[in-house]
Amino acid sequence: MFALVDCNNFYASCQRVFEPHLIGKPVAILSNNDGCVIARSNEAKALGIPMGAPAFEYKKLFEENNVFVYSSNYALYGDMSSRVMNILSSFSPDIEVYSIDEAFLKFQGFERFDLGEYGLKIQRTVTKGTGIPISVGFAPTKALAKVANKIAKKFPERTKSVYVIDTEEKRIKALKWTNIEDVWGIGRKHAKRLQSIKVANAYQFTQLTDEWVRKEMSVVGLRLKHELQGIPTLDLEIAKDKKMIATTRSFDKMHTKIEDISERVATFTASCAEKLRRQNSHCNMIMVFVHTNGFRKDQPQYSRNIVIKTDFPTNSTIELNHYAQIGLQQIFREGYHYKKAGVIVMGLTPNNQTQLSLFSSSNPKHQPLMSVVDKLNKSIGQTKVRFASQSVGRQWKMKQEKLSPCYTTKIKDLIQIQL
Amino acid sequence: MKLISTHITPTLEFYTPDFSTEVELPYIDAGLRAGFPSPADDFIEISIDINKEYIKNRDTTFFAKVKGNSMVNAGIFDGDLLIIDKSLEPQNDKIAVCQIDGSFTVKRIKIEKDLVWLIAENEDFKPIKVTTENDLIIWGIVTASIKKF
Repeated sequence: MFALVDCNNFYASCQRVFEPHLIGKPVAILSNNDGCVIARSNEAKALGIPMGAPAFEYKKLFEENNVFVYSSNYALYGDMSSRVMNILSSFSPDIEVYSIDEAFLKFQGFERFDLGEYGLKIQRTVTKGTGIPISVGFAPTKALAKVANKIAKKFPERTKSVYVIDTEEKRIKALKWTNIEDVWGIGRKHAKRLQSIKVANAYQFTQLTDEWVRKEMSVVGLRLKHELQGIPTLDLEIAKDKKMIATTRSFDKMHTKIEDISERVATFTASCAEKLRRQNSHCNMIMVFVHTNGFRKDQPQYSRNIVIKTDFPTNSTIELNHYAQIGLQQIFREGYHYKKAGVIVMGLTPNNQTQLSLFSSSNPKHQPLMSVVDKLNKSIGQTKVRFASQSVGRQWKMKQEKLSPCYTTKIKDLIQIQL
Repeated sequence: MKLISTHITPTLEFYTPDFSTEVELPYIDAGLRAGFPSPADDFIEISIDINKEYIKNRDTTFFAKVKGNSMVNAGIFDGDLLIIDKSLEPQNDKIAVCQIDGSFTVKRIKIEKDLVWLIAENEDFKPIKVTTENDLIIWGIVTASIKKF
């Protein structure tokens, strides 16, 4: 059996642990640079604030409804997440941390356990110990555990936030209740295609033939079908390296000059390269993109990206920045107000499987240099050692006007209790 | 590991401190010199790790700074750093961090049938009676208070 444990409204719940006056009030958390809403409490959802709502468009609604708005505080969320995950790992030896607020647990040899009871114990221990409310869904497969979790979350009174799919009857009932577009792993395109052939829920999806699913949705879709039928095909994934690495940001103000954007691109490239080196990989493609502010209908709009194949696999900041700058030169156009840029490195291969090129290769002198830079930055913290093309001033600090204190990670930010 | 007291007076108890939280290496020195081995060698392991002593449940322990004087008789003063374990069950006479009607406070708790008393440790403050009308959450149990001089 698998369990999916999911923290309810995680970011908003983290704020509430340390700010009890927020309980029962609408809370919204903004993305990096305070751009748009990325997390909402149930009360904020009820006000009709959608995911991704641009902060400036909803300012009036926030004020009129006394919505508590916060910048995202990743120091706080990261610390609370690791506390939750550590506690979860005391309940099962096999755990896959799926995202900052979700984890799959595997229960092998737990046949004699009443999982419903065990789930309640997990739920109580985490919620009591951290203040973060969670929902737990048990099922024979990961995809079904996702469905069970959704039921636990949707009906907290009836399920006490724990639901177990352990009979055929429960499985079918749960699948009939799950809309096809809400099934884990079914994207918008496939959902549309399935709806067009009258497949509206997950149960109807499992009634399709294997041949049809394989033909229309590849082996990935077929695996999902089997998972929903209760045949386990997916095991826990233990910390796999990433397939691509992206660093993208909205700017705190709009920029028109290539020098400013060039510096941003250099900084994003340095961050991607550092992440590549951390997971011992090289890349052979780099994508650079820029775009204007789509919400400013009064201004001319422009957006472009370019993918450049490197001549050889590399993870050197210097070499990657060389390609990134060539790319930027090609897509940059004068006369626009740019709001966002980003760098994505792709075609990752582990260091030990790097294919050498006949005529050119990564400069071998860069490897020791990069490892010194990484070591220095690790020991003195932050990105103190930078390349000259990167920013040096404070000019680019992330916009976090509504940042809450880092209650758990900075001693000067601890909660103060008036006695 | 247990606290090993080395000297007890009527008012104070002394312990040997451990300054080496992360260092696991034993100190082996006796073999280098000739002569009578130090009798202290047998007691090298008598050491205390402050982290382990004061934090039993790492994932559920939080710190908070004290403001105010309502708990001075319990030895909690303005500016102290409280160690709070959220996982502990509330019990009579424990000092707890409470959320009452949306704000934090620290008081000694007395649980009676249908009501809870939040008792200050300072004659100037009256006990607070908490009934079902109020919104009370016992947020965590105070396990220690740290004072810097």
